[in-house]
Amino acid sequence: MSMTVTAAFFYLFATVTIASGFMVIASRNPVQSVLFLILAFVNAAGLFLMMGAEFLAMILVIVYVGAVAVLFLFVVMMLDVDFAALRQGFLQYLPFGALIGVILLIELIFVVSAYVVDPGLIRAPAVPIPAADVMTNTEALGHVLYTRYFYFFQAAGLILLVAMIGAIVLTLRERVGVRRQDISMQNARTQETAVQVRKVPFRQGI
Amino acid sequence: MVIGLGHYLTVAAVLFTLGVFGIFINRKNVIVILMSIELILLSVNINLVAFSTHLNDIVGQVFALLILTVAAAEAAIGLAILVVFFRNRGSIAVEDVNMMRG
Repeated sequence: MSMTVTAAFFYLFATVTIASGFMVIASRNPVQSVLFLILAFVNAAGLFLMMGAEFLAMILVIVYVGAVAVLFLFVVMMLDVDFAALRQGFLQYLPFGALIGVILLIELIFVVSAYVVDPGLIRAPAVPIPAADVMTNTEALGHVLYTRYFYFFQAAGLILLVAMIGAIVLTLRERVGVRRQDISMQNARTQETAVQVRKVPFRQGI
Repeated sequence: MVIGLGHYLTVAAVLFTLGVFGIFINRKNVIVILMSIELILLSVNINLVAFSTHLNDIVGQVFALLILTVAAAEAAIGLAILVVFFRNRGSIAVEDVNMMRG
């Protein structure tokens, strides 16, 4: 790929990512915010692809766009919230937020423009990235993740398990007054508990 | 025109700032605050992958993968708490979260 095409794609992905990131925080409707968040994630996946992190790019699309963003969309649409009331005071916080944001951005740009990477670091990476014709990015990542960082991998799995159990425990609720089928109770019924034999007096009924 | 580490770091810096800015201006809306946190984590991931490529070291991508996992777990727990809170109080405004008098 020629240099100009690379640059053009970088600027396309970067511009759309930043613009949609801005729309996430600025749009009036939270549903639009979530949709712009999805756009930001997809374009960040494009940036990851350009940097050669193909596996992470695909994971970003599958996990973030497919699961997390849809979860956000679900919650935004499920909760009956008056979002207009939540935007009260938007302008009140704007000057302070803008001040903090500008200071932070200036500091970060100073850091980005003034850093120097130690050349020794480039010469001695912990695990070098193999050439593309030797091993794909996914394979290379697996070779490192399942050996050197195996405990971290297990810890990540544990975190996901705890998050899953936590989310279920938090949102599960026992409703009262709902008739549910209870199979063990049905099986425990015997003739004695189910059938009642009554002597009915003649011409009186019960 | 060569696209180098600096370009990616600038994108990440701008995205990080937007995330922090979003937390400040959407003080009342927890859902948008959670989305701003997602933006911040995304910018950190861009940083890690950019350095991974620049230093020719795949460990940065492993870190990014772990951050992705934690971010997904955080979003799930955060939204679950939000749903429970809305069920109990009928509102998600941040200033209504005062049961502990904090």
